[in-house]
Amino acid sequence: MSAPELACNVEAVPGPRPGPASRPFWDGCAAGELRVQRCTACAEISVLPAMRCAGCGATALVWEATAGRGALYSWTVVHRPQSPAFAVPYAPAIVRLDEGAMVMSAVIGCTADDLHDGMRLRVVFRALTDGSVCTGTVLPFFEPDPNPPTPTHPEDLHGRH
Amino acid sequence: MSHPFRDVAIVGVCNTTQARQLPGHTSLSISIEAAHGALADAGLTMADVDGVVGEFAAETILGHRLGPVSRRISRFGIPMLLDAAALITHGECDVVVVAAGGAGLYTERAATAPWTRPDHEFVAPFGLFTAAEFAVMARRHMIRYGTTPEQMAAAAAGIRTHGSMNPDAVYTGRGTVTVADVLASRLIAEPFHLLDCSMTSEGGCAVVLARADRAGALAQRPVWILGAAGDTFGPAYVVAPVFDAVRPGGDPDLAAGWVGRRAARRSLAMAGLTTADVDVCELYDPFSFEILRQLEAFGFCTPGEAGAFVAEGHTAPGGSLPVTTDGGTMSFSHPGINAQQVQRVIRGVEQLRGACRSGQVDGAEVALCSNGGSGALFCDVAVLGVERP
Repeated sequence: MSAPELACNVEAVPGPRPGPASRPFWDGCAAGELRVQRCTACAEISVLPAMRCAGCGATALVWEATAGRGALYSWTVVHRPQSPAFAVPYAPAIVRLDEGAMVMSAVIGCTADDLHDGMRLRVVFRALTDGSVCTGTVLPFFEPDPNPPTPTHPEDLHGRH
Repeated sequence: MSHPFRDVAIVGVCNTTQARQLPGHTSLSISIEAAHGALADAGLTMADVDGVVGEFAAETILGHRLGPVSRRISRFGIPMLLDAAALITHGECDVVVVAAGGAGLYTERAATAPWTRPDHEFVAPFGLFTAAEFAVMARRHMIRYGTTPEQMAAAAAGIRTHGSMNPDAVYTGRGTVTVADVLASRLIAEPFHLLDCSMTSEGGCAVVLARADRAGALAQRPVWILGAAGDTFGPAYVVAPVFDAVRPGGDPDLAAGWVGRRAARRSLAMAGLTTADVDVCELYDPFSFEILRQLEAFGFCTPGEAGAFVAEGHTAPGGSLPVTTDGGTMSFSHPGINAQQVQRVIRGVEQLRGACRSGQVDGAEVALCSNGGSGALFCDVAVLGVERP
């Protein structure tokens, strides 16, 4: 028996309520862009949208689009969700973008058996359909990348340290 | 310089009845029950109290018309103990009660417990909850060190067997729990099975601290804080819990996955002790993996070796380093609202008094207690002892 396809949960799940710092991220998702906030003073990518750089304290932060590609860093496969709104199994995951940022998302478009360290992934956007104030909000998920970049330094693409 | 906690004695402890549910109680009412119990244990009454610490400190003060007294709104277990100690060491109070409790909170059983469900915009939409947050930390450890579900299950089996032996545990009398039992339970968030995870329950608990010159006249032999410290990387359940995350230019040995390592080093240094001096570990056990991780973070095992250490039975009842001897959050109780964290300190005190009704470590003189965990990005440590520092 093959493993079931991982669920893509977009119905009645707790949607984001963007704040001033995070709104450009969610606007980017709606525009089909996975954005990160980068400091123009030290080049640090912010873990969380902010008004000051966590690395150097500068305020010169800009939003930039990423290529939306990366490697699977860690994951779990949930069988007992936090609430019945989530269909199972689903796979919350941390993806290391090729630009260096670690983003929280979920892997879809494959089965739990396919997940492995360093698995090449690409972003895919899905709109919430929950009927609440968040309806239409677009979430970034990740799916297996059918055309992964050719590694020039294999370790760079392997999600290892 | 004299020891910072030389003049602070732990003189009373109490766990109320712990149960899956305590009908008729609220978190406040069970917390106050526990405060009375801990004062009685110490040979004191509410009239002796001049400081209250906890989430419900103000309500407790009002409920007993204790004012004017001192209060600290404080959370997460060991920091509550340290807030109480500080009230004494800086001369503000003589007798401080730390109280916590959870009851009547978990009513929507189709979902996981309310305190396990984050609402932050960057984690909640993706179905993160406490078990998943800890699972992604465990996964990185498995990738790096080859840690196995069987090794994690051994930690849960040991703690749950301790709980089965404990007449006061919610899951008392369930018999020996084996690795096979844990692995046969249903999957929650891989690699965790149901029995790798804490349960939920209701109950209260309290600790009474007094100025050392009061302790001699009280009912119990005092227990002392030999060292304590806490690590945090930020609010729990807001960002991805990245095992390797370090501060800019930071030391990989102090990455988020090793949260609590700095705290343990400082605690033991304050105590003038090493891990070899610790007789019993009352480690916080939200998930089985956290036991392995803490043993490595705190220096009891080198990184990657705790899995084999636990699988060999060292942390189980009768082992060389018994861990979480009342059954912890997996079997003893997990009431939420800080109580299960304070309960690690209480069990440490019971061990050092030689008063445990089960799982007593003979002649225990030093106990290491902890709170928090990697998935929550914080970890606090307290080293308790029988000798005044």
